[in-house]
Amino acid sequence: MHHFSQLISTLAGSTKTNEKLEALSSYFASADERDKPWVLALFSGRRPKRVVNSTQLRQWCMEVTALPEWLFSECYHTVGDLAETIALLLPPPETKALPQPLHYWLDVLLRLEKAPEAEKAAFIRNAWDQMQPNERFVFNKLITGGFRIGVSQSTIVNALSRTYQLEPAVVSHMISGNWDPQQITLPQLLSDAASNPDDSKPYPFFLAYALENKTGELGEPREWQAEWKWDGIRGQIIRRNGQLFIWSRGEELITDKFPELTALLPFLPDGTAIDGEILAYDQQQQRPLPFQSLQTRIGRKNLTKKQLQEAPVAFLSYDLMEWNGEDLRLRPLSERRAILEQLVENVDQPALRISPPIAYASWEELAAIRERSRDNGSEGVMLKKLSSAYQVGRRRGDWWKWKIDPFTVDAVMVYAQKGHGRRSNLYTDYTFAVRNGDQLVPFAKAYSGLTDKEIAEVDNWVKRNAVEKFGPVRTVKPELVFEIAFEGIAASNRHKSGIALRFPRIHRWRKDKPVAEINTLDDLKELLRQHS
Amino acid sequence: MQPVLTFTDSGIYCPAGDFYIDPWKPVERAVITHAHADHARLGNQKYLCSKDSVPLLQLRLGQDIAVQGAGWGETVQINGVTISFHPAGHMIGSAQVKVTVGGQSWVASGDYKTENDGLSGEFEPVRCHVFITESTFGLPIYHWRPQAALFGDMENWVKENEAAGKNSILLGYSLGKAQRLMYNLQHTGKRFLVHGAIYNAHETLLKAGWNLPPVELITQETPKEHFKNSIVIAPPSTADSTWMRRFAPYSLGVCSGWMQVRGNARRLNADAGFAISDHADWKGLLGTVKETGAEKVFVTHGFSSVLARYLQENGIPAEEIKTAYGTEEETTV
Repeated sequence: MHHFSQLISTLAGSTKTNEKLEALSSYFASADERDKPWVLALFSGRRPKRVVNSTQLRQWCMEVTALPEWLFSECYHTVGDLAETIALLLPPPETKALPQPLHYWLDVLLRLEKAPEAEKAAFIRNAWDQMQPNERFVFNKLITGGFRIGVSQSTIVNALSRTYQLEPAVVSHMISGNWDPQQITLPQLLSDAASNPDDSKPYPFFLAYALENKTGELGEPREWQAEWKWDGIRGQIIRRNGQLFIWSRGEELITDKFPELTALLPFLPDGTAIDGEILAYDQQQQRPLPFQSLQTRIGRKNLTKKQLQEAPVAFLSYDLMEWNGEDLRLRPLSERRAILEQLVENVDQPALRISPPIAYASWEELAAIRERSRDNGSEGVMLKKLSSAYQVGRRRGDWWKWKIDPFTVDAVMVYAQKGHGRRSNLYTDYTFAVRNGDQLVPFAKAYSGLTDKEIAEVDNWVKRNAVEKFGPVRTVKPELVFEIAFEGIAASNRHKSGIALRFPRIHRWRKDKPVAEINTLDDLKELLRQHS
Repeated sequence: MQPVLTFTDSGIYCPAGDFYIDPWKPVERAVITHAHADHARLGNQKYLCSKDSVPLLQLRLGQDIAVQGAGWGETVQINGVTISFHPAGHMIGSAQVKVTVGGQSWVASGDYKTENDGLSGEFEPVRCHVFITESTFGLPIYHWRPQAALFGDMENWVKENEAAGKNSILLGYSLGKAQRLMYNLQHTGKRFLVHGAIYNAHETLLKAGWNLPPVELITQETPKEHFKNSIVIAPPSTADSTWMRRFAPYSLGVCSGWMQVRGNARRLNADAGFAISDHADWKGLLGTVKETGAEKVFVTHGFSSVLARYLQENGIPAEEIKTAYGTEEETTV
């Protein structure tokens, strides 16, 4: 555990990618062989099965420290992280024991899955009592999940590539998909796929940056394919050895969530991998349904008939990475698209569609078409060079996203709450309201969009202008006006305002604007009427 | 019976003696706990503080202020009210002010720290009827390691930086923290290169006879060779500034109680955070309240509502008081 917690401290203390890379690759070169797959699993978002939950951890910590619940909560809201709060509150360790490696703790923990609560409590309390504060933090983090320490997937891939002398693209593919850190070692995982077949293994997604330059600087329009940028779930459909798998961009296997797509199994040939967007789709109107319909569906564990009827999904295909078992990624997009279009036509199922290319002759024409993106339920345009290979991860140059400008409204801050992570102990999470007569109606929460300097200024203001306290939430004098940007708007009966926004964030602080001039609930309703 | 001290718009007021303690609006007679700007403000007609605070008050507020200093434990009478100063351990000269009227004693502690840092005097719990306490770090997540251990960490960190070919910069508040760092790191034999804000305070303290290590002021002319075998000491405001760029490659260590929480160190882009504070931690606050034997506690700047509620639940009558303190120094970084 010490080795691992050292790694975490180094990674957290470093602000430079190169130092992180160095720390990771030397860790992978020297760590306990049975620890390594765990570390890779944790850094790639694979958390161990949840054996104890955060409520239990909280409870046991309060028992050990004899702190009242309200005081624990105050601490938690100031620290902004449960694992860290507990590590800070526990008394110094008293049990002297041999230090144990990371995999030891995880193995014992996972064995307790079905054990009675008292046994779990005893194990956790005993573990805490053997660890130094930074080890406790890491241990708690393992249990609660959500290990975010500023290490990107590509840093991990590059570190492994350096340690094991493999191409990053190969590493990236090998470590994706389904594997169990208790059952496999890194050398096994990274050895040739043929000796370790995993039919479900997806390809790393090729992701685009936002367009940085003028379209005119891209070259000739005929060298580029334009298509709509859909706002659904980016996914991959794979069929190999008579089985079908669906992956999300977050590398989550989501096959079971979409029976409409698993029904494609008999129609797709073996050795196929398609990249596309999963959308709730109106087959009659031939256009996507609002994102909210998909969202209510993916939140559910079991799908009801009603949901399947109200939000049927379709897969809008973008690209083809594998065909007849052959990796097509280095072939030009124009070739891959030609095969893909033929494939979709042959399958001839409404759930599998092609994401249609946009016909345009000049950049000016495309710009005009893009302005109408919202009319067909998309959030802008994608530009892909016809000669481009299907690359790994987010890259500049061959693919660009060109989104339309967001909606904006001016609103006033009414509540503030302290943030998490690097925003701990600062008021950074705000709720905004619009006017409705002489009332203020909260309609959106936003966490991002201000600079560190502005955050410090708002934090200071909140501390001085808090009116009331509801647990961690402060109501503030309605004085600060912000322009709120968002991507979509939909009716909602779960919100007091009757409105739900997609991706609300702070666009800018309107110090120039008095509260009397903010937008009204009627303005929002009008926006809703225009776009639904 | 009238209370010994009352809380007004201008500061903590003693009606019987007609004076204020750490007033935030100009008054005729101000009794000052310590020289930080949120406690010692400009514009008062007369100042009374501990002897050791006098040169610092003059540095910050001007040589021409009317200031009187009192020794530790010495009593001063104002309008028949007895005042005495007792070490608060927060910074050089920092004092708790004990005010006694007709057998009733109240203590206003300003800012305080219970660990002896070698410079700021040994904190002395003062028996009283009513105690006014700060609460900057009034949550149980704040518990400080002994300073010997923390300075050991800093020393190792400086060595690691040297091995990696980097200069070491320590950020600490210019009055208080900076002197504490240099005093306790002088045995390393490193040269201390200091920012102008720290240099001025240092000169004043040397002149007043404090046994502090020599420092070198950083200027445009400071040769790059001087960065080697040195520790740079700078105030928090220099983080991420162009001023700091001259030291590249460097490693930045932030010295503040707030570094106890990881997110704060990350926010400042610090390479290392040392949770070293000039304020009492949770246990220090609770222990002090107990040792004063106070029947009633007023809790000011910091996590005041938390500490007041906790004391209340543990059988000590306590109340939260809003003041204008806590805008300077460690409360901001």
